Amino acid sequence: MNIVVLIKLVPDLVEELTIDDSGTDLERDWLRLIINEFDDHALEQGILLKEQSEGQVTVVAPDTEGVDDVLYAAAARGADKLIKLLGEFEQGVNSHALARASASVVQELQPDLVLTGVQAHNDLDGSVGPLLAEFLGMPYVGYISGVTVGDKKSIARKEYPGGLIAEMEISLPAVLGIQAAEEPPRYVAISKVRQAMKTATIEEQEIIELDSSGGPTIGRMFLPEATERATMIEGDEEEVAAKLVEIFQELGLL
Amino acid sequence: MTAFVSNTAPGNSSFSKTFYDSLLEVVDGEHLRTCLQCGTCSGVCPFGYLMEFPPGRMISYLRADIFDRVMDSESVWMCVSCYACTQVCPSKIPLTTGLMTRAKEELLLAGNIPKELQSALENSQRYGNPLGESPRKRANWAKGLETEVAIMGKVKRPVDILWFVGDYPSYHPRVQLASRALVKLLDVLDIDFGILGPEENSDADSQRLAGERGLFEMLAEKNGQALSKYQFNEIITTDPHAYNALRNEYPKLGISYPVRHYTQFLADRLDQLQPLLTQEIKAKVTFHDPCYLGRANGVYDEPRTLLEAIPGIKLVEMQHNRSTSLCCGGGGGGMWLDGFQWEKAHVRLSEWRVREAISVDADVLAVACPYESPRFEDAAKMVQGAGQLRVKDIAELLVDAMED
Ligand code: SF4
Ligand code: SF4
Repeated sequence: MNIVVLIKLVPDLVEELTIDDSGTDLERDWLRLIINEFDDHALEQGILLKEQSEGQVTVVAPDTEGVDDVLYAAAARGADKLIKLLGEFEQGVNSHALARASASVVQELQPDLVLTGVQAHNDLDGSVGPLLAEFLGMPYVGYISGVTVGDKKSIARKEYPGGLIAEMEISLPAVLGIQAAEEPPRYVAISKVRQAMKTATIEEQEIIELDSSGGPTIGRMFLPEATERATMIEGDEEEVAAKLVEIFQELGLL
Repeated sequence: MTAFVSNTAPGNSSFSKTFYDSLLEVVDGEHLRTCLQCGTCSGVCPFGYLMEFPPGRMISYLRADIFDRVMDSESVWMCVSCYACTQVCPSKIPLTTGLMTRAKEELLLAGNIPKELQSALENSQRYGNPLGESPRKRANWAKGLETEVAIMGKVKRPVDILWFVGDYPSYHPRVQLASRALVKLLDVLDIDFGILGPEENSDADSQRLAGERGLFEMLAEKNGQALSKYQFNEIITTDPHAYNALRNEYPKLGISYPVRHYTQFLADRLDQLQPLLTQEIKAKVTFHDPCYLGRANGVYDEPRTLLEAIPGIKLVEMQHNRSTSLCCGGGGGGMWLDGFQWEKAHVRLSEWRVREAISVDADVLAVACPYESPRFEDAAKMVQGAGQLRVKDIAELLVDAMED
């Protein structure tokens, strides 16, 4: 089983976020980055699968500050191969650009299974998983919390709102958006991470051009503003729905 | 006398054997050979009665070459590194730093640790503090004080005293009160002092005793680098764990500075301090000896000297005092294992201590370790009859005794 896990680093919310002078992006000088929580689960799921059914886990990550440490920690946890995408990632890229850039690299690895976090808090143009699946021509299922793999197929548990879970069979190769690994991400002792820094190698892949087309252009980024007033709509479902339709029509939205 | 018998033949690579050998390398580790199996350690251990493998039994399993059974249990995570076993062992075996810590290290290397502890360790690695707070805000507690606290990286001048503030004194809202009190004391004593601020990292002593040696070394190196940038004559610490690390562990890593706990530093300046203590505090006060000030480092008198200098205070001793003091439950990772230990024990060591304090009719439980105010205040809410007990850091009591 050849498993590829695509991860990225996102702004760490432990520090306050500020908006830069352009008013369309975060102030990046002071940003502290952290592995996207869902990607961390995708990585754990990949390693769990490898431990259950043999195979190889390759971790792919765009080059941003601190990515080497994250990749070495992944190696200490059990990843076999580390690939860093070199390019203009530091200033942030949208999901379209990241998915396109990763697709070419992932394709070459000829994976049986591609795992990535189902979402990230900085996905302004949709999550990376479905876009990546599209560029790779593979099926995609998201919100997965539990995967088993067999011969050319995978059984995945997909979570629906309201506590519903569906088990579905997916033909491989496929891309899965991981919501939660079967076990929470494991702890690796620092001494093991330091060991990995000495023994593991990070392969570098140059991404010449980042194509972000398909995503939105950000007009303005701002902190939530307190609204002037809110209208509470009273009544049962029918009445509320009728009132909503009326309001939308008045506003010319319908 | 060598009591150890099994599996000493060269070439035997069983886990018990390798583990045993690693214990001999700890300072005074060879004393392990002379364990009498008297069980005193297990008897004195505050959680010994519910550990499947208290220290004495761990040694017997080690000798029988079946130590893997110990490693399969979670028993060792009940150890709060309180030094009580080490203190009483007639063979002077370094049980806390050797056996217990090494066992935790092995469990941790195998990735086998309670989840609660995992997040404290990950936070320490990532942010330099187990609370998961922003490292840039490490000195925010000192903002808006009457006295401006010098941050070494900003003032760029030598100071007399480098104050190593510590994690909880920097970030925990309750413990910050004691930090601010200490600023006031240093100020009235006219001490030229500075702090590392954002450049300070966790002293990591508790992380070390929770088995994360690599993390300890990493954070010690960072602190060592920060300290080496500045000129000062001496370090003082708020936290006995930081004091223990700087005094006993950092020098092994080549980071060596004169260091004192703040109670030692203040007791030394009592001549200067005493005349300022003009306000009577009419209270019966009892002092809780922190494990890492008392048993681990033999500092028992200075905190008491300071308390006795406060007019009106009547100092009373609890049943367990000085070298027999009871652990608050926060050491050796216990600070981050409250849920885990509660599940196993359904008692809290801090509540036991609070019960002792009220049994001697104390009005105030005086502390000198940043783990303790929050732990004992929480415990006092749970213990019947402890509603009136006040928990106060010695620094806070001293400030209370000064005129505004
Ligand atoms: S107190 Fe010391 S000699 Fe006695 S059983 Fe414990 S370790 Fe052995
Ligand atoms: S250090 Fe304290 S908690 Fe740990 S085994 Fe010894 S007596 Fe028990």
